[in-house]
Amino acid sequence: MKLRRKVYMTAGYNTISLGTGRKEFNPKKERPGLEHYLKEAGQGTLTQIGGADNVDEGVVGNFMASRFNKQAHLGAFMPMIDAKLMYKPSIRTEGACASGGLALISGIKSILAETAEVVLSVGVEVQNTQKAIYGADVLAGAGWFQKRKDGHAYFFPGQFSDRAGAYYEKYGKDYTRKGLAKWFANAMDNARLCDTAQEHHNTHPNPIELGMMEPNGKVFTDHLNVFDCSKVSDGASAIAIMSEDGLKRCGIAKKDAVEVIGLGHAVGDITEDPKDLTRLDTIEKAIQLAFESAGITKDDLATIEVHDCFTIAGILATEALGFAERGKGAQFVADGNTARDGKIPINTTGGLIGWGHPTGATGVHQAVTIWEQLTGRAGKAQIEIPANRPYGMTINMGGDDKTVVAIVYKQGE
Amino acid sequence: MDYINKLEKVSVLGAAGKMGSGILLLTAVEMADQALKSENKDKSFTLNAIDVSNDALGGLMRYLKVQVQKLAEKKMVALRGMYADRNDLIENGEIIDQYVLDVMTYVRPTTALEAAYNSTLVFEAVSENKDLKNKLLSQIDKNSSNKPWFLTNTSSVPIHELEKGADLKGRIVGFHFYNPPAVQKLVELIVTDATAADLKDFAMTYAKNLRKIIVPSNDFAGFIGNGHFMRDALHGIHTVEKLAKENSFVEAVYMVNKVSQDYLVRPMGIFQLIDYVGVDVVKFIMNVMNPYLKDEDLHSDLLDKYFELGVKGGQFSSGAQKDGFLKYEKGRVSGIYDPDKKDYVAVADIQEACDKKLGDLPKSCVAWKSIIGKKDRSKEFTALFGDLKNMDTLGAKLAMEYGARSNAIGKKLVADNVAHSEADVNTVMLTGFFHAYGPINEYFV
Ligand SMILES: NC(=O)c1ccc[n+]([C@@H]2O[C@H](COP(=O)([O-])OP(=O)(O)OC[C@H]3O[C@@H](n4cnc5c(N)ncnc54)[C@H](O)[C@@H]3O)[C@@H](O)[C@H]2O)c1
Repeated sequence: MKLRRKVYMTAGYNTISLGTGRKEFNPKKERPGLEHYLKEAGQGTLTQIGGADNVDEGVVGNFMASRFNKQAHLGAFMPMIDAKLMYKPSIRTEGACASGGLALISGIKSILAETAEVVLSVGVEVQNTQKAIYGADVLAGAGWFQKRKDGHAYFFPGQFSDRAGAYYEKYGKDYTRKGLAKWFANAMDNARLCDTAQEHHNTHPNPIELGMMEPNGKVFTDHLNVFDCSKVSDGASAIAIMSEDGLKRCGIAKKDAVEVIGLGHAVGDITEDPKDLTRLDTIEKAIQLAFESAGITKDDLATIEVHDCFTIAGILATEALGFAERGKGAQFVADGNTARDGKIPINTTGGLIGWGHPTGATGVHQAVTIWEQLTGRAGKAQIEIPANRPYGMTINMGGDDKTVVAIVYKQGE
Repeated sequence: MDYINKLEKVSVLGAAGKMGSGILLLTAVEMADQALKSENKDKSFTLNAIDVSNDALGGLMRYLKVQVQKLAEKKMVALRGMYADRNDLIENGEIIDQYVLDVMTYVRPTTALEAAYNSTLVFEAVSENKDLKNKLLSQIDKNSSNKPWFLTNTSSVPIHELEKGADLKGRIVGFHFYNPPAVQKLVELIVTDATAADLKDFAMTYAKNLRKIIVPSNDFAGFIGNGHFMRDALHGIHTVEKLAKENSFVEAVYMVNKVSQDYLVRPMGIFQLIDYVGVDVVKFIMNVMNPYLKDEDLHSDLLDKYFELGVKGGQFSSGAQKDGFLKYEKGRVSGIYDPDKKDYVAVADIQEACDKKLGDLPKSCVAWKSIIGKKDRSKEFTALFGDLKNMDTLGAKLAMEYGARSNAIGKKLVADNVAHSEADVNTVMLTGFFHAYGPINEYFV
């Protein structure tokens, strides 16, 4: 898709990602609810853009508040964030863990359609309302329900365990596990540099050792251990999506925003099993669409946020992006190429495994991280953005490679 | 031995008690797990939960539901397999609910002992009273045509005395769980000279299915665990009495408790452990054991005195610790009982002076919490106890005496033929009491 008008994102805000690992987290104590996160993130962005008066419409990305919090109809929470949003249009988007990405798409399309100049886009999920074993039922809604009965107790870890198992079989288990463990270790390194990350307080002296722990199918999955998995998280992220007029209205300089250069949005058939467990085909398609739309290649990228709900998904994404040949992704990662000082730094604030995975918020969180990195706001987590490859990219996935939103960004100029 | 047949009709006596409720839980879950196997689909299981206290039975059913649910959540991977043929149960939550219901369905709470007349297997966990146990077992046996097997949880009564008292002729075995049965891995198994081989086999299979560690103990009052603990506790009490000549009584209690915890690297000090088990229970078990001991007097006037003063320890139904030798606030020791004042003295008031008297802990000292997760701990303990041996502080001296006494108690249990081996003694203390090293070791010689 060619963008018929310039679209920018700016004024990102993340709440903390709350869950096990954060010092504030106590499973026995009452915790903030959806309203708190929506409000904190929404206001966090509004104060950076001169207030809610400047906003034309709102969009809330959320996956399963209907079950985690017994709350649907999230679009109508916008005026709660700020009374000045009263009677303005607002909708909620859902595409499983890509719900946040869809909230971005929705805002971008409103700008392109010229029905809005400023869109407030908020992603949110509050998942610690249930023990993980019941949360697994809720999250399984991202797959086809007809397959639930035969699925694993931990449905999605089970799906990606199958992918990991297939990869082991094809390319060797020890070899692969080294890549997975390194992915986890990178996530910890990066999360420790980011205040809001769920693993910010992680001090384990040897994450690689944790990552190498042998999976135990009797209590969890056959091919993945718990460190291969993102955790259960509560959190929200917000960002403002604007046209050039919108930036002017809010008094924001282009250099303080990122421009959306290209866009790829694709879905696969939820009722079909993956053709090849060692490939993420829909992700690959969305990446290709985004590159075409942006007119760039992978070699123009400075940093990427990929959807590492599981370490194996991270490895497969490096192959889908073309950084490594099939079967070489584990090597590429194990060699440190995706670390923050590597050839292509990936998930510089920890990604889903390190920063956290409040499912409906994740797509927006990825955009916020890229905005921070490309505009020099990433604090301790800041990496260098080379002048000759100034682009950033987000890849947000819903379900097992079913809904994918890929976006290419560049600092505004 | 047909394991499943025996498991079909079971009663637990004292089911609402601390031990009975855990035994009931484990047995109900084992029944359900067996019943869910396809080869057992035609079997029907009954588990009578018998207790004199009607109120407590109500509480028991609530406890059971919560605990079964927790267990189910932990074994969800297996449960999905067990309910694979139930197409109406799809989500984890649905399967867990069904499992809880299935387990609860076997359990029949009742105050009527007659319910046990039908059973083929009886777990006995009523209060530690030989006459009561004898009476109940013989009443059931006389009224039953099943020739039932009895598994008693007694902590101190020799099994052959119950066998004789109730005229059971080889149909009884000591199956001594630790508290709480659902958590503690250790079971001491005590057979008599007459115990039927089938019954022993059953007990071994049942323990294996429950994933318990079995340590055989000979049929001697107190068996291995209490054989060690009671003497170890008495050593602590005697040390207090000695120290109290030159210190105040509460100071002496503080010091011995600290030495037995921090210096010996145990999960809790000896007085905290006495409180945990209950001053009354400890006194009681000593009373039961004492008549069987020839060359020693297992008795403490101090425990009698505390018992009379109503200072008993034990737990609230919530599991929180009741005050005993020590006072507890939010699970931490905050005071020490002074029997003269009949009140608690704040630890904060005496701590500094006492710690000074004990002297510094050596640098090699490790916390129980930090070492218990390690597999090989011998290096740390060789260093620590090597240092203590060469130190001239009161704390080091008391610790070395304590360790040596514990060692001697362990060896005596083997010499007296209570335990089959030194390794068995160590297993009991390591798994049943969570010690970080076995009492029989080279550290204190
Ligand atoms: N508590 C421990 O740490 C521990 C450890 C191992 C073994 N044991 C042994 O387990 C047994 C039970 O101990 P506990 O600590 O659970 O005691 P408890 O007091 O908690 O439970 C005893 C239960 O027996 C019931 N009871 C009393 N008389 C009865 C009768 N006539 N018929 C039916 N039920 C009756 C009581 O109502 C009570 O619920 C004792 O033999 C004890 O020595 C205890």
